[in-house]
Amino acid sequence: MKEKLTHFFSSRTGIILTGCFIGVFAALLSVWGNPANMGICVACFERDIAGALGLHRAEVVQYLRPEIPGFVLGSMIAAMIFGEFKARSGSAPAVRFILGIFAMIGALAFLGCPWRALLRLAGGDLNAVVGIAGLTAGIAVGVAFLRWGYTLGRSLPDNQAAGLVMPAVMVLFLVLLVADFPALFRSSAGPGSMNAPLVISLAVSLGVGFFAQRTRFCTMGSVRDVLLMRDTHLLSGIVALLLSAAAVNLIFGRIDFGFALQPVAHSNHLWNFLGMFLAGLAFCLAGGCPGRQLILSGEGDGDSTVFVLGMIAGAAISHNFSFAGKPDSLAGDSLKVGGVSPYGMAAVLIGIGVCIFIGFAMKERKI
Amino acid sequence: MKEVDARGLSCPQPVILTTDAIKEGVFPFSVLVDTVTSRENVTRIAEKKGCTVESSEEGEGFRMVIRRS
Repeated sequence: MKEKLTHFFSSRTGIILTGCFIGVFAALLSVWGNPANMGICVACFERDIAGALGLHRAEVVQYLRPEIPGFVLGSMIAAMIFGEFKARSGSAPAVRFILGIFAMIGALAFLGCPWRALLRLAGGDLNAVVGIAGLTAGIAVGVAFLRWGYTLGRSLPDNQAAGLVMPAVMVLFLVLLVADFPALFRSSAGPGSMNAPLVISLAVSLGVGFFAQRTRFCTMGSVRDVLLMRDTHLLSGIVALLLSAAAVNLIFGRIDFGFALQPVAHSNHLWNFLGMFLAGLAFCLAGGCPGRQLILSGEGDGDSTVFVLGMIAGAAISHNFSFAGKPDSLAGDSLKVGGVSPYGMAAVLIGIGVCIFIGFAMKERKI
Repeated sequence: MKEVDARGLSCPQPVILTTDAIKEGVFPFSVLVDTVTSRENVTRIAEKKGCTVESSEEGEGFRMVIRRS
């Protein structure tokens, strides 16, 4: 029975159904209270968690989002049921931490992870096209490094308890959230103040984590596999996500085509492109998009856990030093295009430089 | 028989090593992986390239024998 299910999940039908599940429920989470075109966003939600813990003090993005624990724990449950939970680590963790930091700086310059880029597009936000173009270009550079022999080296098996670090932290987060721990920071305005009911968010994200673990769903991988070996398996899941989210948005009248004044987005094309270029390159060098890294951290991968911690640290750095993109706004009747501060521009360019250095430096050594 | 050791390597390196070995054209050869994900990925790409894959459990992971079909 398990073997049959495993075969089903690894099929094209399995990945398409998972894409549909994520797309439909991500769009619905926005209907049910999460910010617009942000039903699910791994980068944004990790940023909100960093805010809830007081690691940054941007008052509009502080909330201990239950979706992140849901993804990790859903993945852990799936991995345990199917005998795939396996503690492992030791593949250049410090490099992965740095990649996580810059991946987040890039994603926050654009204002979203690849999942949100697809959800923004499904809501008519055409800036997402620019972001996805940047993401693709960044992944293409990462693929060139992979072809050239780039590797972060091998991981080794760990004590099984070591694989439970991220799930245990996530359980703690959920306890703090349910207990309404008073020391947590919580936005009273802005995206951080908007949320779907806790039980619904948790149920949906547990499902997403479970199915994404079984199908190895990965947005970065979908582009990388097409570029590297003309393999469209993962891509079919991404297309399913986009179309199903668009269908739900259509039903609820939540599609508004355009560039300017899209929800929690800016229309500064250069920095949307470069932000996601940096993110795509960092994801590719680290072996997975933010969602995939969370799923891996739930199935015992200590290296992905370090990448996720790097992303949370990156969110804190981004907001403490004003690197994150500022949304478009209206000043009276005139449009004020948002974008990235000069500090943010410098951070993105430095990040691209660091990632390219890592790409060259981590070439396979023959032992 | 040539042996490609892809244990502990993260995605997509097991697949890259397998396609490199397929390009070398010396069959059969075996690929060692340590996760079910790598086993699925290697199987998918090898079959797509016209090979057959025979997988068996070995130690903490899997040994996959790749043949030209």
